[in-house]
This record gives sequence, C-alpha cells and structure tokens, in this order.
Amino acid sequence: MMKGAAMLVDDFLAHSATLRPEKTACVCDGKRLTYGEVNDEANRLAHALLDSGLQRGDRVAIFLPNGSEAVVSVFGVLRAGGAFVMVNPSTKQEKLAYVLNDCGATKMISAGRPAPDAPGGAFAAQCAPVKDGMAAAGPTFDLGPGLREYPAVAPPRRCIDIDLAAIIYTSGSTGRPKGVAVSHLNMISAANSVVEYLENVQDDVILNVLPMSFGYGLYQVLMAAKVGGTVVLEQSFAFPYRVVQHIEEEGVTGVPGVPTVFAILLQLRDLKPDSFDSVRYVTNAGAALPPAHVPRLQQLFRKAGIYSMYGITECKRVSYLPPDQLAVRPASVGRGMPNQDVAVVDASGNPVAPGEVGELVVRGSHVMMGYWNQPELTGQVLRPGRYPWERVLYTGDLFTVDAEGYLYFVSRKDDIIKSRGEKVSPCEVELAIYELPDVQEAAVIGVPDAVLGEAVKAVVVPAEGAELTEADILRQCARRLENFAVPSVVEFRTSLPRTSSGKISRSALRAEHERKEG
Amino acid sequence: MAKDKLKQFIVSRFMLGQSPNSLDDSISLVNAGIIDSTGIMELVGFLEEEFQVRMDDTELVPENLDSINNIMTYLQNKGMAGGQPFA
Repeated sequence: MMKGAAMLVDDFLAHSATLRPEKTACVCDGKRLTYGEVNDEANRLAHALLDSGLQRGDRVAIFLPNGSEAVVSVFGVLRAGGAFVMVNPSTKQEKLAYVLNDCGATKMISAGRPAPDAPGGAFAAQCAPVKDGMAAAGPTFDLGPGLREYPAVAPPRRCIDIDLAAIIYTSGSTGRPKGVAVSHLNMISAANSVVEYLENVQDDVILNVLPMSFGYGLYQVLMAAKVGGTVVLEQSFAFPYRVVQHIEEEGVTGVPGVPTVFAILLQLRDLKPDSFDSVRYVTNAGAALPPAHVPRLQQLFRKAGIYSMYGITECKRVSYLPPDQLAVRPASVGRGMPNQDVAVVDASGNPVAPGEVGELVVRGSHVMMGYWNQPELTGQVLRPGRYPWERVLYTGDLFTVDAEGYLYFVSRKDDIIKSRGEKVSPCEVELAIYELPDVQEAAVIGVPDAVLGEAVKAVVVPAEGAELTEADILRQCARRLENFAVPSVVEFRTSLPRTSSGKISRSALRAEHERKEG
Repeated sequence: MAKDKLKQFIVSRFMLGQSPNSLDDSISLVNAGIIDSTGIMELVGFLEEEFQVRMDDTELVPENLDSINNIMTYLQNKGMAGGQPFA
C-alpha cells in the first residue's frame, strides 16, 4: 500500500519498514528493534487500542522514558487513529493529572516502576484507561508479549493529514502548561524541512539524549523513521561516558543537544581525539550556545558541521545557521528553514529595518493548529496572515535581522526561563512555593549559569516569625515540579521589589542579581 | 567515616533535607530520580575534592557511581575510603 509520499506521520515508519524491514530502527540499552519489528509492534498495539474502544482523535498519554516502548507507542497510537501526548517521565502526580485532564486522555501508556536496582531500569509498559485525569475502570493490557494475539498488519486507515496527531505540552507564562495541538500535516511538514537542511539519509545514526516529551527529542525519532535511519535512545545523560561509548559503538552520525549537554561533554577530560569522528553533524537548540564553547565544541567534533538553531514548540523549528556561517556570525540563529516564511515585525505588523528589534512571526504548514482548549490564547498568537483564510504565528520572541536576513534572538516578551534547554514557567514554580503556609511572597527568575544556560532562582519572603529553610523550599518544589524546574538557588529576603503598579518586579530582581554577580 | 560523608553530601545536595537514613545504600541514584546529569558532575567534583581521587572519564559509569555501595566499592578499590579491610 505504501507507494507515494507520507500523508500521515506513521507512514514514515510504514515506508521504512516496507523498504528496509531488516534495518535497525532504534537502539536503547542494548535492545535493538528493526523497522519490521517496530512496525509489527505498532500495528499490534493499534489493534489492542481499537479493541479497547479507542476512537479516531482520542488522546493517549505516553508516560514513558526514552526507549523502544515509547517509539512503538507513538506509532501505535497514530496507527489506531488516535493522537499521542508525551509526558516527561519526571512529571509529578499533580501535574500529570492536570495534563491528562486537560487533554481529555482516555488511556495512558506507562511503565510499571522499575525496581531501583533493576539493570537498565527494565520495566513492562502497560496501557490503562483514564478519565478526568485519574485512573478509570476498564481493560488494562501490557505491551510487548501482551500483544502477541493481535495481528501485525495495519488496521484500516481512518485519519487524514489535517487530523490531530499530537498534543505537546510546553510551559506557559500563566503557570499552567499549554497543549500545543499539531496535525499530521504540521509534523510531516516540520520533519521534511529539518531533514532537508540537515541532509539526513538512511545511513544516519541519530543520538537522542533529549526526552521524547520535548519536541526536539520527539522529532529525532520521527526524522530517523522518515529517512529510514537509526535512532540511539538514551534515558538520561547522567553517565556521559556511557553515551560517548554508544556514539563510538553505534557509529553515531548526528548529535542533537542543548547547551547543557555540550557543557557536560566539554567537562570530560580523557576523550580520545577520534571519539566523535563518526559524527557528521551536531545541532544545538533550546538556548544559545555560549560563544566560548563553540570553538571547543568544533575541536571535539572535528569532522562535524555544527548547526545553531532556533525553534518553539508552536511550530517546531524556525531557523538554522549553516555550519559555514558559525564563525562569521556566531551570535545568529540563522535563517528560516525551507518551506516557511519568517519576518521580524513592529507593533503594527510591518517588517522592521535591519538591526531594529521586533517580534518574530512565522508562516507555514508546520505552524500548530492551536492551543488545546484555549481559543483565546490561540487567538493571541495565531493572527491573520497574508490571505484571509490563513493564520500566522506570533512567537512572542524578540529578534533583530541583519541585511542578509540572518536572525538574532534578543529576548522573550514574557519571563519564561530556559534551563537545560527546557522552558520553565516562573509562575508555576512560584505557585508551588506559595503552597507552603510559611511563605509570604515568592518570585522566581532565571539567572545566568555556565552549564544550565539559566539557573532557576527563587527569592522568598517568609511569613513573619516563620522559620523557613532552603531545604523546605527545595523539597516542596521537588514534590510538585519536574527536576529541571526545581530551583538551584534560594534566597531569603524581608521584601521584594515592586513595579509602579505594585506587582512584584522580576526584572528588578534580575537586574539586582546581575549587579551583584557581575 | 567516608560513607557518612558521602551520604551527607548526597542527602544535603540532592535529597533536600531528608534524613541520611532514608537513603538506601543499594538504590540506583539515577533511576530513583535523586541525581541527574548535572548532579553526577557535582558528585564527581565532590569525590575528587573530598577523597583526593582523580576520576577518568572512562570511570564515569553506573558501576562506579550509581549507588552508595558502588561509589564505596570504587573508592575502596582506589584505596581512598579509609577502608576497613577486616570489617
């Protein structure tokens, strides 16, 4: 049946499985699956989902660490005509419930908790019904051996390319994550553009240390499937030398990362000069590479082109800097990727002159359909475009553009913090801290950090007479927030600076921090 | 004692004020969500400074670092844990 172009995201997998069933699709913890195997498993999962009542467009949450189970789950849900919602495995109960409830998930695929000392964190993934954000009654089944009774052939196709394929949650400035709803067409379009400029081919072996809940991590899997390449999945970057070994053993050709990943690699002292000679490209996104790291990174990856990139979840990717431009304009995040228009505009929507600051606007078929359940917020960022029927994306990010069309990031219009390449909502952290009765006021800001990009700093005013310690704040945050959102620095004060309208001023706190730390 | 110092460090830095007794010596620090990638580099810095070892990159593997027991075995092999050979 697979002849022409991919129309649905799971066609990426079907095409590669038809053309090269024996080719390795993914490697994780020594476990290897071929395209044929992933495709068969995805089909079996799809049948099981349909059998348990999944309807076209139903959301299925995937609460799994990186691994073959997560890959099979993504494609299995799509194959059944559902939409997947990846949830970061370090998400805590309350936020998980919020996400499940917000997206209206009817099922969740999750890991039975591994025994802490189990080798490689072995677990069995299982699919269970959920309703209103909580576990619900109904059939539960295990993936893997639990699906053997189902056929390995694809169920009848039900979706078209403008159907919902996924909801990707990202931190919002209000404190609650917002669900970026994307269609098959959105994802295929973004993957096509990225594969085009990175020149991915079936011989590529792509390393993925980024969580698949992060758009950047998810697309490594989709891009590999599109070109029939191999993705090497890592569950964490805690043991960087283990990852270096995998790069050597698997002959990794593509290394996508965020500045924190590269900062850790640069701390390693005993790397052989040829450790990374198989690598043909390195990509950075999530936040800008510190300029001092660029030449050192180029020494480390001596045969690779380094791509500096910029994107937001709402359209996946916007721009890339071709490697030969890195030395020429190291501060730029490049030009728009193929098949898309970008502009930097003033308050009335007109393009600004080179060097002037404006908001970045993006036009293309990769732009999301909207925020799930949030028509008002959607209306604020998707606004009328060139034609009466289209909407373009106002990114909320301020940029300048040079005379040759290269883009330079200036700042965000809101206070979102970028730590380890992930977005952290200061509001969300503040709300967690405010739950402690001994807290009178709290403000959370991002402060420069050599490894994290920005570190999360909490400034807290204890209630009168209260005895509050740093450990109290951190323990509370760790209960509520993902690891990357837990503050690295806590400062106690008797008051917080305010704006003229009486609101707590995060920008004044940032300015104070800069003055103190220089 | 070396193990007490080590547990004290891990608990105070990564376990947010919990009691050192709550840290099981055999638990995987990474799987249990106690330490992540930046945490491991901090742990390595602590071990190097406190126990005067120099960890080669090739030693930055779970077998040496992913539990209190593994770290203690590593330190003992390096002769740096003030070991108690007859204990």
